[in-house]
Amino acid sequence: MSTRELVDFDEVVEKFDPAMGLEIHVELNTNTKMFCGCPTAFGAEPNTQVCPTCLGLPGAMPVVNGKAVESAIRIGLALNCEIAEWCRFARKNYFYPDMPKNFQTSQYDEPIAFDGYLDVDVEGETFRIGIERAHMEEDTGKSTHVGGSDGRIHGADYSLVDYNRAGIPLIEIVTKPILGTGDKAPLVAKAYVAAIRDLIVALGVSDARMDQGSIRADVNLSLAPKGSDVLGTRSETKNVNSLRSVERAVRYEMSRHAGILLSGGSVLQETRHFHENDGTTSSGREKSDAEDYRYFPEPDLVPVAPSREWVEQLRATLPENPAKKRARLQQEWGFSDLEMRDTVGAGALDLVEQTVAAGAAPQAARKWWLTELARRANDAGVELAELSVTPAQVAEVQALVDAKTINDKLARQVFDGLLAGEGTPEEIVAARGLAVVSDDGALSAAVDKAIAENPDVADKIRDGKVAAAGALIGSVMKEMRGQADAARVRELILEKLA
Amino acid sequence: MSQLSRDEVAHLADLARIDLDDAELDHLAPQLNVILEAVASIQGVAGADVVPTSHPIPMTNVFREDVVVPGLTPEQALSGAPASEDQKFSVPRILGDEQ
Repeated sequence: MSTRELVDFDEVVEKFDPAMGLEIHVELNTNTKMFCGCPTAFGAEPNTQVCPTCLGLPGAMPVVNGKAVESAIRIGLALNCEIAEWCRFARKNYFYPDMPKNFQTSQYDEPIAFDGYLDVDVEGETFRIGIERAHMEEDTGKSTHVGGSDGRIHGADYSLVDYNRAGIPLIEIVTKPILGTGDKAPLVAKAYVAAIRDLIVALGVSDARMDQGSIRADVNLSLAPKGSDVLGTRSETKNVNSLRSVERAVRYEMSRHAGILLSGGSVLQETRHFHENDGTTSSGREKSDAEDYRYFPEPDLVPVAPSREWVEQLRATLPENPAKKRARLQQEWGFSDLEMRDTVGAGALDLVEQTVAAGAAPQAARKWWLTELARRANDAGVELAELSVTPAQVAEVQALVDAKTINDKLARQVFDGLLAGEGTPEEIVAARGLAVVSDDGALSAAVDKAIAENPDVADKIRDGKVAAAGALIGSVMKEMRGQADAARVRELILEKLA
Repeated sequence: MSQLSRDEVAHLADLARIDLDDAELDHLAPQLNVILEAVASIQGVAGADVVPTSHPIPMTNVFREDVVVPGLTPEQALSGAPASEDQKFSVPRILGDEQ
């Protein structure tokens, strides 16, 4: 199968309609695990966050983490889902050492949330992604395969398991089949995962770090001949762990499926592994039928029956939908699409919003965060939000600029002072002597000097070539070591040469 | 209650990683059917007024506060493991694939 040729993407979408299904696992940021009080910190030493319950020792009894249920309901509500009046956990039985109990506690036919949707925008077109369900389950332990060539399972001599992650609460969000996306399928998949991530961040229920595996996507894909309403056989590409990889995995699987179908073969229903290095997938295992997991209701846990009052209380805590919020802010701020995209892309949306709330003009707030501060964050190798400059301080700096106490160039030195912890913007201006010289006497002398040193330029301005004033402003600013209000300097030059 | 076929018992044994030979399958399949019949007769007694339950006590919403409680030390956790390495459980080479 693997030797069949990949088909060019344009030809794929000319001949086939893709159908996708996306499953996203979100690791919640609760303090403790789903069914026991073990901590959930990322990166702890192996097997230091375990107890009899998450190790599946005999007699241990699980108890549901109420906070995790709350997060599950909030995610469900944010995805426009119904919230079950009554639901249970189930045992998903399988034999694999990543779960020491030989089953994973999950939900089967009674998910806590079901039947919702999420709208995503791709190149100006809105796609409504149906949400089949969002259910609660627990994460598995982490296996390291020892021996063999590439650390994967095949060829390994033995495996080592760390159960710190086993039992961390997961919410699995499953879409309905996503149809009719055509050549946009890879972008829709990527946009959907990005939208889920944004929503999770806005809800504050997960670290939402794809690089640390706190959001993981499985991509189901099948192709049907153009115009056919019968779905093809699907493959399931597991653990695709970046937005770019989601797009690439869909694109690759579309080309691979088309290659098989066009040469008269049939697609095998199987799981596949995605390879970050070259964007390909390789065969995993043949997919078990659902029945093979022998799901049955978990007898150690009682049902979850969220009261309608609780659900409505949680609904009231929902943040504004991130996509809608972006559209609203863009309109309020008068940003172009490009400005908005850059702001979001730089992780500056909330920072700009808070800076504006602290009194700065939107464009000024955007300018500082996306140029001066983005550069400093980049130099320091940290996220913008991790800089020690606060939105309120940025607004203060801009207020000083607006009041003509400092200019943009001096403002940069104020940011230096802020990052060095030298106090408030006003204190830094005072301590560093940064205020622009508003004493017209000193300015006037500097202007006279510049005119005297540049008689040619002065003549041009006298002849009405006002644009030439820039050269004189430059030398005055140099003379004043930047501590002058350029607009006032210009006024003085034009007065003197009128 | 439908009868469990010999093939179904073989499949279940395979899923449960229980190695049964032909003689054992011949022996066990009818026994399992006897058990299923016994359950079926209980189901026959339960009227429409008895709702199926998965838990003997009619309770819902038993939740725990999201507060860390001390668990086991790694030494305790690994004390029952036949083999360990690098503070991890060592398990035989895994056939098949991750779930």
